Amino acid sequence: MHALLTGPIFYLSSGVCIIGMVVRLYLYFKGLSWQLDRVAYKQYPVMGFKGAVRSIYKWLIPYGTYGWRSQPVMAAAFFGFHLGVVLIPLFLIGHNVFMAEKLGFSLFTISACTADILAWVAVASLFFLILRRLVLAEVRIMTDRKDWGVLLISMAPFMTGMLARYGVGDYSFWINAHILTGEIVLLAIPFTKLSHVFLFFASRAQLGMDFGIKRGGLKGTKMAW
Amino acid sequence: MPEGTLCNKKPVDTAQGITTLLADQSGKTYYQEMKSLEIDSDLLWKTIQNTCKSRIRTWLEICAHCGMCADSCFLYLANDRDPKQVPAYKIQSTLGEIIKKKGKVDNAFMLHAMEVAWAQCTCCNRCGTYCPHGIDTGIMFGYLRGLLYQQGFVPWEMKIGAGMHRVYQAQMDISSEDYIDTFEWMVEEYEDEYPGLTVPVDVEDADIMYTVNAREAKHYPEDLAEAAILFHIAGEKWTVPTKGWELTSLAMFAGDWAACKIQVQSVYDAMERLKPKRMIGTECGHAHRATVVEGPYWAGLKSGRPPVESIHYIEWLAEALRSGKLKIDPAKRIKEKCTLQDSCNYVRNHGLRDTAREILSYIVEPGYFIDMDPNRQHNFCCGGGGGFNGIGYFRKQRNVGLKVKRDQILATGATLVIAPCHNCWDAIRDLEEEYEIGIRWSFLKPLIIEMLEIPEHLKPVEEE
Ligand code: SF4
Ligand code: SF4
Ligand code: SF4
Repeated sequence: MHALLTGPIFYLSSGVCIIGMVVRLYLYFKGLSWQLDRVAYKQYPVMGFKGAVRSIYKWLIPYGTYGWRSQPVMAAAFFGFHLGVVLIPLFLIGHNVFMAEKLGFSLFTISACTADILAWVAVASLFFLILRRLVLAEVRIMTDRKDWGVLLISMAPFMTGMLARYGVGDYSFWINAHILTGEIVLLAIPFTKLSHVFLFFASRAQLGMDFGIKRGGLKGTKMAW
Repeated sequence: MPEGTLCNKKPVDTAQGITTLLADQSGKTYYQEMKSLEIDSDLLWKTIQNTCKSRIRTWLEICAHCGMCADSCFLYLANDRDPKQVPAYKIQSTLGEIIKKKGKVDNAFMLHAMEVAWAQCTCCNRCGTYCPHGIDTGIMFGYLRGLLYQQGFVPWEMKIGAGMHRVYQAQMDISSEDYIDTFEWMVEEYEDEYPGLTVPVDVEDADIMYTVNAREAKHYPEDLAEAAILFHIAGEKWTVPTKGWELTSLAMFAGDWAACKIQVQSVYDAMERLKPKRMIGTECGHAHRATVVEGPYWAGLKSGRPPVESIHYIEWLAEALRSGKLKIDPAKRIKEKCTLQDSCNYVRNHGLRDTAREILSYIVEPGYFIDMDPNRQHNFCCGGGGGFNGIGYFRKQRNVGLKVKRDQILATGATLVIAPCHNCWDAIRDLEEEYEIGIRWSFLKPLIIEMLEIPEHLKPVEEE
C-alpha cells in the first residue's frame, strides 16, 4: 500500500496537478479578450505588467490593502490559515526529503518548531473560518456543499499529518492516510475551487492590468487592485 | 403572448417606436407584457458561449463565498445588511444560475434577475476592490445587463434611453438644430454681461471640442452658458460639434452594446471631422466612463483610447486654475461647510482621485472643506448610479439606497455638497427631497463663475 501511494499514485497525482495547472493557466490567458474585457492588454504591456504585479504583491502582504485593513480579524485568520497550508506542504523537512528521493530536487526547508507553530496557527484560523461560515449570515447564504467539500479535502492531509506527527495511534496508518489525502488534494487542485491556488494569480493579474491600463493606470494613478 | 407590442426583444430604433413607448405612462403596459415575455434560451446560451470567456467564468468559479465583499456594497449596508444584498450572492444567484442552467431559465427568474441587475447594483465597482481574488462584481452586472437587454428584460426607461441613442445619438430627443439653437440662445442671454461671448460651432482645429449631457440642453441650459463663459474667460479656443455632441450613454446602463457603439462613434466621428487637440466633456461621471474609458472598446479601437486625447471637465478646471487661466477672487471663496461627492466613474474607475480636491483648494476658504468618510477611490456610490436614478419602477429601492450617502453627508456636517457628476447631483437632490437634511448641492461651474476675477478687457464697458 505504502509503495503504491508513494510510487505510481504519487507520480500520477503530481503529474495531473502540474499539467492541469499549466493547461488551465494557458487557457485562462488565452481566453482574455481585449474587446470583450475592454482592456487593451497588448497595447500597454509595461503598464499592464506593473499593474498586475502591484495587484498580486499588495494583496499577498497581510494588511497591504485597504480591503485587508477594513477586515482585520478576517485578514488575520485568512493569513494564519494560508501561511500554514502553503508553507508546510512546500517546506517541511520530511516533504523535502521525500521530494529529493522521488523527484530529484528539494526546496528550502523550515525547522520542525516553525512548522509546529504554523500548523497550530493554521488550525486555530481554520476553526475561526469554519465558525464564520456557520455563524455569519452574509457568508452562510452563499455557502454550499462544494465549499465544505473543498475545506474537507484540503484539511484532511493536514489533520492526518498532525496525527502522525504527534504519534496518536498507529503511525503507519496515519502516514498512509496522510499521503493519500495529500494526493487527493493534488488531483483536486486543477478541477475544483482549489484551482484558486493558481487562478488567484491569474485573476488578480487581470484586474491589476485592467486598473493599470484602463482604469486610471495610464493617468498615473496607482491603485492596488 | 411571447413578444409584447411594447415589451419585446427588439431594440427601439425609430422615433415612432420611442413615441409609442413613451405614451405608455410609467411603462404600465410594458411591465405587464414583460410578465409573459418568453425567453430564447438557445440565443441566451449561444451568446454566453461566445462572450463569457475566461475572466468572468473564472470569477464565478473561484469565488470563495467568503463574504468579504459584503460590507463594501452600499446597498448591503443600506438594506440593514440583508444577506441577499451581498455582491457575490447577487451575481451568483443571477448570472451564475443562468450559466449553470445553460440559459434554461423561466420568466419569473428573468424578472427577478432584472430587479437584481438594476435595483441591487449600480455597477459602482466598489466591491471589486475589496475582494481578495479581484472579482469585480460590478463588471459582471454590466455583462448580465447585456444578456437581459437582449432578452427584453430591461426597465422601461432604459429601453427608451438606449433607443434615444440609436435614433438621436443623444439620450433625449434633441436634434442637432435644437441643440445648437439652445446653446446659442443661452449664450445670447449672457452676452451683455460677458461681451464677446460666443459659441463657436464646428470650428476645425480648435484646442478643445466640448461635449455635454443632453439634459443640459433640455433641462439645465444655464449649464451650457456657464461652460461657454468659463472657456471664454480662460481664453480657450474651443468649439462644439453640431453632430456628436452627446457625452452620455444610457445605452451603457441598459446593456445595449450596439447602441453604445453607435453613440460613441458619433462623438469619435466629430473628433475626426474637426480635429481638435482635445475633447473635454461636461461634469458627468458615467458619460466620461462611456465615451472616454469604455467607448474606445465598443468602437473597436485597439489603442483603448478615443481618437483624440479626452479629459474630464474637472481635469480642465484644475489645469485652468493651476495655470492661472482662471483666477479666483480670494474674498469670494466658499465660506460654508462643504463636502465633495467623488464620482465612482472617474475616480475609482479612472483614477481622478485628487483632481477635484485640487480645484477645491482654490475655491474653498481653508477649513471649510470636510471630506466624507470613506472618500476618493473608496467612496460609496451616491445611491443612484448605473441608471438607478432614472427607473421609476425601482424608485423605492433607490430611496433606500440613498441612506448611506445621507449618513456620510450628515457625518461631515456640511450644508453644501459639491457634485461634479450629473447622476450624483440628481441623487443628492433627491436625497434632500426624500430625507430633508438641509443641504444644497451644486456643480462646479456655477460656483466658480461666482468667484472669478474677470480680466479688464473682458469686462462689460460701463455706460456713462
Ligand atoms: S466575490 Fe470575493 S470577497 Fe466576495 S465572496 Fe467571492 S471571493 Fe469572497
Ligand atoms: S458594484 Fe457596487 S452596487 Fe454593485 S454589488 Fe458591487 S458594491 Fe454593490
Ligand atoms: S452616480 Fe455618481 S456616485 Fe453613483 S455610481 Fe455614478 S458616478 Fe458613482
